[in-house]
Amino acid sequence: MTVLTVQPPPARPSRDLARLSDEALLSLVAASDDDALAALYDRFGRVAYGLALRILRDETLAQDAVQEAFLGVWRNADRFLAERAKASTWILTLVHRRAVDLVRREDIRRGEPLERAPEPAAPTTAEDEASLGFRRRLVQEALSQLPAEQREALELGYYGGLTQSELAERLDQPLGTIKSRMFTGLSRLRDLLDQAGLEGSYP
Amino acid sequence: MATNPHADVAAYAVDALDVDEERAFEEHLASCEACREELASLREATAALAYGAVGPAPPPELKLRILDRAKAERPNVVSLPRRRSWTAPFAAAAAIAAAVAIGVGVWAATRPATNDAFTSVLAKPGAKLVPMGDRGTLALAPDGTAAIALTVPRAPAGKTYEAWVIRDGAAKRAGLFSGSTVLRIQRPVKPGSVVAVTLERSGGVDQPTSKPLAASKAVS
Repeated sequence: MTVLTVQPPPARPSRDLARLSDEALLSLVAASDDDALAALYDRFGRVAYGLALRILRDETLAQDAVQEAFLGVWRNADRFLAERAKASTWILTLVHRRAVDLVRREDIRRGEPLERAPEPAAPTTAEDEASLGFRRRLVQEALSQLPAEQREALELGYYGGLTQSELAERLDQPLGTIKSRMFTGLSRLRDLLDQAGLEGSYP
Repeated sequence: MATNPHADVAAYAVDALDVDEERAFEEHLASCEACREELASLREATAALAYGAVGPAPPPELKLRILDRAKAERPNVVSLPRRRSWTAPFAAAAAIAAAVAIGVGVWAATRPATNDAFTSVLAKPGAKLVPMGDRGTLALAPDGTAAIALTVPRAPAGKTYEAWVIRDGAAKRAGLFSGSTVLRIQRPVKPGSVVAVTLERSGGVDQPTSKPLAASKAVS
């Protein structure tokens, strides 16, 4: 085999990242490609921010949580590769974790049980609003089909950042009851989302 | 401490365990395949819950800040003539560009899954990932189907990237591409093979003529 030295070609990189899967983008992030990180942010930044804002109820803290989560994606993308989850799930899990860590540290949890997310306020395209709004409605629709006490446990836990022990205390129920409500509620939610075809369509 | 360790899987999936419970459950998880599977499927539903909180868009500066921090921590390894800059002097223009990009990104986030060859290989049971230096990753399934995701500059005029499957000293052609991409490896990757990429003249060649830009270790 003839061996030549390859010079870095003096050309702009190909930036067709929009066509790549989330998993492929994450692999590129693991190879330190910051354009791939930007592309993942473009896909998940808004959902991440909405989630962080819902949990933290403070724009600055929500930005901190999203920033830390995406830096976590940047630092640990190679670790994802072993996790066998969808990239979207892994990223949103990191965002949730960061937001919950922050809310517990700041101790700003409140958790009015059934509070809804704020209405989208920023001007974006009608198409964005339609599809994101559609997903949001599907999730909220699925939540609304759960028995009230299961929905309450899930919403206070997931959006409120309460631990199951704190939930037990707040709702004045035995811990075992809370565990069972969470498990039954989340399993049922999974089935409802499956039926709605939502879960499977996540990137 | 829970008497039934499986009972905490849902609370773990929604991050509702305290520090001690979490540690105990993670110990359990390490030895319980059933819980790992349950967790993986509950996590998908949990991630869907994030969409129930969609609200206002984040400020455009957030993206710029994240990218600046990321690059400061770990400079991009792909050596190129200067790439576009996210930082000043054109902060205003960049902010507008980012706002546009976020708009596009929201659309991207809500369309059906982008499913490329890389994801398809990864979806196969027993699939694994093999690093290819600092340029990319090989996804490999037990049946030998494989794909690579690679970060490389666009090939110059008259050139192409060519992928190879090398086994027992013989290199076989496995596909052509022109820049950062996902490529399905066009022949089975058997144990002992190395997957490598070289830069070649347009149209590709029958044998590699240059040093690989990226190569896996021999796969097992």
